[in-house]
Amino acid sequence: MSTSQHAASSNTPTRTNGSGAAAILSAGIGAFALAVLAIAADKSAHIAGSLIFYKPTGPLSGVTTTAIVIWLFTSGILEWRWRNKTVPAGLINAAALVLLGLSFFLTFPPIADLL
Amino acid sequence: MEITARGLWTLIHGMGFGALYLLACSGALVELYRFTTSSASSEFTTGQERFLKFYLITMVVLAWAAVLIGAYVIYPWYRAALPPGTVDLSMFPQRLLMSSPTTIGWHSLGMEWKEHIAWFAPISITTVAFVFIRYGRDLRNHGQLRTAVLCFAAASFVAAGIAGFFGAMITRNAPVHGGHTIQLSWGEEK
Repeated sequence: MSTSQHAASSNTPTRTNGSGAAAILSAGIGAFALAVLAIAADKSAHIAGSLIFYKPTGPLSGVTTTAIVIWLFTSGILEWRWRNKTVPAGLINAAALVLLGLSFFLTFPPIADLL
Repeated sequence: MEITARGLWTLIHGMGFGALYLLACSGALVELYRFTTSSASSEFTTGQERFLKFYLITMVVLAWAAVLIGAYVIYPWYRAALPPGTVDLSMFPQRLLMSSPTTIGWHSLGMEWKEHIAWFAPISITTVAFVFIRYGRDLRNHGQLRTAVLCFAAASFVAAGIAGFFGAMITRNAPVHGGHTIQLSWGEEK
């Protein structure tokens, strides 16, 4: 059995969990940023105006582009910091899933209207 | 049989990329679960692992294509400003929906939610694909990452499902019209 086959078939992780945790947390942060920006654009005409990156699409263009930039930037930073580390993945995943859940909740118009 | 250019773009967005993505989601969820929870490592070959990676990358492309076409090609037609004095609202879907109390909800709840929640699908599936490509079969040794990957894949499915449902209902009530007409075939008189 080759080394790679042995590593794959054993129950010992061959990689630390840092890289995966970084991707998962940054996705949660990116989704949450999108929800917060969407609410901000909905509540403030000034913010909405500043988020018009492409006029035909309106503020949605800025909301989504900014959220994607936040997501990718966070992903890059966390990947750089955690790539070779073992991190408390349970806690980080819980935080990411809470952020993702909140994002679904906050973009639901009746909830957004209450804020 | 004919279709307008805008109608064709809507079809590509919804039936092409969107519906195909939703179909692919169920397969991805099952395969990710099987692949990452199976105790028998010999059950999956390198070829199968490579196939699942390719499958996930295809889903990433489908999801991004659907939201980008939706936001930058179709949405501007949907929200087009109404020129003063316009009586016929058929070319202005948003205004058409808002003109009646029986359809306004499709905009105020449907489109308002769809235009944002749809983006969670590509963000989530890109994350799933990245983690799977990075870890491969080693993911089965990272229980917490595996759970998160499955949750994000499910979230992506839910987000795409909500966006797809409202997209279909909005198109049913106020389709996007306009552009040049494409003749698909000539009907024969019977």
